[in-house]
Amino acid sequence: MSTFRSIVFSSVIAGFIVGLIVTAVQQFGTVPLILKAEVYEKAAEHKHEAAAPPRVTLVHDHADHDHGAEAWEPRDGLERNVYTAGANILTAIGFGLLLCGFLAVRSGATGEPISWHEGLMWGLAGFAIFTIAPGLGLPPELPGVPAAPLLSRQVWWTTTVLATSAGLGLIVFRRSAPAAIAGVVLIMLPHLIGAPELEHVETNVPSSLSHQFVVAVTLTSLVFWSLLGSLTSAAFAYFDRPASA
Amino acid sequence: MSQSQAAPQVAQTQVTHLPVATRQVGRLAQSLMAMTLGLFIVGVVGFSHIDVIHNAAHDVRHSNAFPCH
Repeated sequence: MSTFRSIVFSSVIAGFIVGLIVTAVQQFGTVPLILKAEVYEKAAEHKHEAAAPPRVTLVHDHADHDHGAEAWEPRDGLERNVYTAGANILTAIGFGLLLCGFLAVRSGATGEPISWHEGLMWGLAGFAIFTIAPGLGLPPELPGVPAAPLLSRQVWWTTTVLATSAGLGLIVFRRSAPAAIAGVVLIMLPHLIGAPELEHVETNVPSSLSHQFVVAVTLTSLVFWSLLGSLTSAAFAYFDRPASA
Repeated sequence: MSQSQAAPQVAQTQVTHLPVATRQVGRLAQSLMAMTLGLFIVGVVGFSHIDVIHNAAHDVRHSNAFPCH
């Protein structure tokens, strides 16, 4: 089987399983907190509308997307959860392709298949790169909490992910002191520059709820990356085995 | 004693031997292609500004701490 097909098969199978499991975990972890926060978000909107009808008052650009009458959104309940499951599966397949592509290069270079345990380690690297590092500057946020303009946060998030993966790469693959120092500096750099933030944040979402959300997101993500790393590598080791004569 | 019987079968098997470097490059190119596809999928689900995609993936974006809203 070609490498590309092995990677795609492995990622789709692992992504499907991980996406479904994470959807179930989110139902107990993050989703109830999002729904609670939306109650505060809607209450704040109504209050602001009553106080100053002509102005759109929440700092983030609601008018653009989620409450516009013209924009479709899934109905609460089953429909919303089905779309969440679909998006989780797609996200897991996407990250699975990324991880598995890396594992394929690695096993090609070493000539050895990647064990599920090594895959778990690389999954944890993904957790550090895609959750911990960007989460330091831009902690997971609930709906209804105003934040800096979306595009600037997306740019910072992406830059941080790139810098962290490059930094970790230098530390892991170039075993020299200067490379290790450069790696640590590279990981720190986006945080020294600082994530985009608002000078003044006003929200009626309780800070205890926001804190619970940070914990829930981080733990869910740990489950996501641990499963994705081990399952993707196990599936890839199966599909990528040499064809028997 | 069965070794001599098995030998002709082994001799008939044809294996294409590409140079190692060519195989490595092929593997690298295919891996990079898969990684690009993965980035594209994550980009659409997590970062697209299109309203419908945002609304469908709303809870996932928040749960993955992707910048949202």
